[in-house]
Amino acid sequence: MSSASSPPASPAPFPIGAIRLCRGQAVAVVGDDIDTDRIIPARFLKCVSFEGLAIGAFADDRAELAGDHPFDHPEHQGATILVVNRNFGCGSSREHAPQALMRWGIRALIGESYSEIFFGNCLAMGIPCLTAGHDDVLALQQAITADRAAELVLDLEALQVSLLGSPVAAGERSWPFSLAQGPHRMLVSGQWDGTGQLVAHDAELRRTAARLPYLSGFGSAAS
Amino acid sequence: MSAGTLYDKVWELHRVAELPGGATQLFIGLHLIHEVTSPQAFSALRDLGLGVRHPERTVATVDHIVPTTSQARPFADPLAEEMLVTLERNCAEHGITLHGLGSGSQGIVHVIAPELGLTQPGMTVACGDSHTSTHGAFGAIAFGIGTSQVRDVLASQSLAMNKLKVRRIRVQGVLQSGVSAKDLILHIIRVLGVKGGVGYAYEFAGETIEALSMEERMTLCNMAIEGGARCGYVNPDATTFAYLQGRPQAPVGEAWARAVDWWRSLASGPEAVFDDEVLFDASGIAPTVTWGITPGQGIGVDETVPIAEQLHPDERPIAEEAYRYMDLQPGVPIAGVPVDVCFIGSCTNGRLSDLRAAAAVAKGRQVAPGIKAFVVPGSEQVAAEAEAEGLDAVFRAAGFEWREPGCSMCLAMNPDRLEGRQISASSSNRNFKGRQGSASGRTLLMSPAMVAAAAVAGHVVDVRELLTAPTAAGAVRPAVMDIPG
Repeated sequence: MSSASSPPASPAPFPIGAIRLCRGQAVAVVGDDIDTDRIIPARFLKCVSFEGLAIGAFADDRAELAGDHPFDHPEHQGATILVVNRNFGCGSSREHAPQALMRWGIRALIGESYSEIFFGNCLAMGIPCLTAGHDDVLALQQAITADRAAELVLDLEALQVSLLGSPVAAGERSWPFSLAQGPHRMLVSGQWDGTGQLVAHDAELRRTAARLPYLSGFGSAAS
Repeated sequence: MSAGTLYDKVWELHRVAELPGGATQLFIGLHLIHEVTSPQAFSALRDLGLGVRHPERTVATVDHIVPTTSQARPFADPLAEEMLVTLERNCAEHGITLHGLGSGSQGIVHVIAPELGLTQPGMTVACGDSHTSTHGAFGAIAFGIGTSQVRDVLASQSLAMNKLKVRRIRVQGVLQSGVSAKDLILHIIRVLGVKGGVGYAYEFAGETIEALSMEERMTLCNMAIEGGARCGYVNPDATTFAYLQGRPQAPVGEAWARAVDWWRSLASGPEAVFDDEVLFDASGIAPTVTWGITPGQGIGVDETVPIAEQLHPDERPIAEEAYRYMDLQPGVPIAGVPVDVCFIGSCTNGRLSDLRAAAAVAKGRQVAPGIKAFVVPGSEQVAAEAEAEGLDAVFRAAGFEWREPGCSMCLAMNPDRLEGRQISASSSNRNFKGRQGSASGRTLLMSPAMVAAAAVAGHVVDVRELLTAPTAAGAVRPAVMDIPG
């Protein structure tokens, strides 16, 4: 069997515009220091397009666990929120890692901490990486594992995650999360896709370039 | 908050604008691209109807996917060929210089940019590769980016960035003979952890750092990212300038003098304020080897695999995972662990001085039976220089394969990879599960000299024992060593 070949049938649309609320089923991938080689092994990087990368998401871990990886549990098919621990996405800068997760269906992450490059890659794709305390993340992961049908609601304006239990589970629980001010503003305002802003500042770019002596060969042209 | 550091000065100089989201738009002085993380960026550029803002500040090479046995085109792997064709087409279309195969200047992106003199102090350097931190060795602020950011740099020669804090890592004392910059950085990561640097730029300073060559500084900064620091740097000094002078892209004449003045002015001054400072003593560091599945799981070659109870509680789960994956039991000495494959190369340790250090160990010895050992120069220039001084012959005579330049088995996006449960002694930078191309393959990170020592011993061994021991009878040794006294 190929355990790494079951992306959800009809994934949610890719992020666009303001990201204020993420709601959906959650899946927990437990462990600190999960690097991007594990999120997507290098052989899947042999491509000139990100399309089709869903198949590579955790491919080796999933093959090793032969169907017992959370991404292969039937109840988690269609999950859109990934709950992780510390230093998630460390190692290689490959954007193929968050692209694979997004194409598998993930639209938001919540966890204890992220590598900076991974965080930045996700931000540039409109995927929030939210930070919660150690105990809160463990509680969330336990809750998801105990009730795989449960839904999470990530409210980026209230900075709060709520667990909506399935009918058998009791009530609703919620925890606070944090997100640095810059990325927070970019996501809730819909300004996370910033190429246009950068290009628009061409006059400022020229001013900056003018004060960098190496751009003019340290005056060699003038001398 | 840091002030007056090189990082602060370079950041201020390259600041373009403050963005509505709160990030800073930062000018990128040098943009390096390669075949793996750029094709989607060029596609996105096309979709947006944008061109390349500063094609003359963007430089390309091909490294990750190239075979190291035969580099004849087309490559046997059609996917690899398609990636290179795509890079060639994108560079031609946008007027970007490509240091291609056979040009004499192709190689691993973090090896060629310094050797061409492209990387200079005071620059901001970005590349879609996490080991871009390497260029910090010159006193540049250099960091890895993802493909969306590659698109942004192509379109605008700038990036939306948030400023990092600055931690000074001050190292004093003399490294013992047989102990290299690789051992130093593995030791630093062992102590500070793989997440210790998240949110920081690392400034490496102190007498030990000042005594390092440029190639050693590159090894050090290369692995800052393995400690979680997106960039690491060394203040530019006479060593930096001596390395740069005469390089093809370095300034000349009066411009050189002006450049040196400017570069000097950027170094962190005595008044500089750091967010944090850590002190290391280099004199007690042993050759260091990783036993686990993160670069932070390193120990001295004279130590034993740590017992979970000796570790911080946070480190125990990944240690338990590492015992299982590596099939190494806590308490066993790392010296003596048998290896199958020995790899010398990569952006961490594929430069001329690395090959010299390994060749000094290999010379007059033989690779142990059953061991596959190979040497992959970091660039065509490194290969040419090594061949000119006969290092290729030394390696071949000792039973090593001498290959063509590329990233090779560091990440196995090319035919070089581990098979099954093979265990490698590797001069590369990552020992993650599956990193070297087999889902169950295992990696022991160490210095190039230690890899050469493992190759001749057939197992992990303290290279210092070989450096003091006589080589096999009949071995050719440098004449200078035969002079008594």
